[in-house]
Amino acid sequence: MTDKMTPPPIDAAAFAELEASAGAEFARELIATFLEEAPIMLAELRAAFAAGKADVFRRSAHSLKSNSLTFGAQALAAQARELELQGMPADGTALDRLEAEYARTAAALTELRHG
Amino acid sequence: MADLRNAPARLLVADDNKVNRLLLTRSLELQGHRVACAENGRVALEMLRGEVFDLLLLDIEMPEMDGFQVLEQLFADRRLRDLPVIVTSSLEGIANLVRCIELGAEDYLGKPVNPVLLRARIGASLEKKRLRDQQKELVRRFATPEVAQDLQDSGFALGGRHVAGTVMFSDIRGFTALVESQPPEETIELLNTYYTLMFDAISGHGGVVNQMVGDGLMAIFGAPLPLPDHAGAAVRAALDMIEMIELLNAERASENKRALRIGIGIASGEMVAGYTGTQQRATYTCIGDTVNLAARLEAHTKVAQRAILIDSATRAALSEKIGCDALGAVLFHGKAAPVEVFAVGSASIA
Repeated sequence: MTDKMTPPPIDAAAFAELEASAGAEFARELIATFLEEAPIMLAELRAAFAAGKADVFRRSAHSLKSNSLTFGAQALAAQARELELQGMPADGTALDRLEAEYARTAAALTELRHG
Repeated sequence: MADLRNAPARLLVADDNKVNRLLLTRSLELQGHRVACAENGRVALEMLRGEVFDLLLLDIEMPEMDGFQVLEQLFADRRLRDLPVIVTSSLEGIANLVRCIELGAEDYLGKPVNPVLLRARIGASLEKKRLRDQQKELVRRFATPEVAQDLQDSGFALGGRHVAGTVMFSDIRGFTALVESQPPEETIELLNTYYTLMFDAISGHGGVVNQMVGDGLMAIFGAPLPLPDHAGAAVRAALDMIEMIELLNAERASENKRALRIGIGIASGEMVAGYTGTQQRATYTCIGDTVNLAARLEAHTKVAQRAILIDSATRAALSEKIGCDALGAVLFHGKAAPVEVFAVGSASIA
């Protein structure tokens, strides 16, 4: 693994663009909404995986990807996109990785929200 | 003049994701639009059927009813078919984008949506909608409801096509003198009465008035929709027009006002019919020799001193019941050979 090469969870340029177009205050509110909604999406993803519901799984991964891109969370978006395209994984490893990346992203967004 | 491209519009955002809905709504409101939201396709359709929107921004991946299904339902709905739809999604695969366009979406914007691009696409879509609305309004006003509906169903095909039909030109004789002899308000009132009567006579026989200039008008029989006996219909409409003018004159005489005289020229044959104009203004019209001839015949009513003049093609299509006088051949300006001219009815212009 190349941990030292890991890019920051939030792409600063993409986030700055969001702030510029929608307003800094609004961007902070949007972070709050995402931090409320994302855990629900992750839970849906888990539940769909457990129940073998491929359609719900794909849609939840798609939503998470779409929202991640909005905030410039590129790594999270890339992982979600992979799940969207490849469908149900063989085991839960990919979901574990996704949740870990979400935790990193959420921490960074929380900082941006209060910063 | 205000730039209509950025005029406020009423938009509907359909997206199941709250973050997407909030962000899109924010962007659109910053651009001055009024925005409503639906969290899935089913709710979006209900709102579209209950309220008036100028444009729909549609996500594809949605529970209950997805964007593809919404596009299908919109297309099947006569009242909603013309609603511009911009798909905003982070769809994977070109095949899905193609499917959106094939299902009638006007445009596609990937997420996250770039605000500048969003503004441009919405401006272009609203502009196109305005043009379509204008055409619809034009057809609604100038055509019978049946023609308007058929045109709408056929999707307002732009571009010309060859049709066999009959063209009529009509105007008021001595109109300039009339205008100078009375106050302007009276002239406008007279024109309104005149046009109302002429429209009734023409549309009553299946014709479509497509141009009005001052006191003159042009009408088409047999286009946009085919009309079995277009020549006969045009001549019967002309006779009705003369009759209505006589009634109007009886009324005017009781008010000590001058009588109105009109001249009508009618020609039948092949012509090219279609919408012409620019993005800002389009009108349904016909062009070709037949149209020119009808205009010449109308002008010739002054020389012939007869109210209705028709060409030989129109004459040949008439039943015996309508009496015609052969006036002989006339060489019109711009025509290589003389043209046989016939007068219908007994009404003279003098």
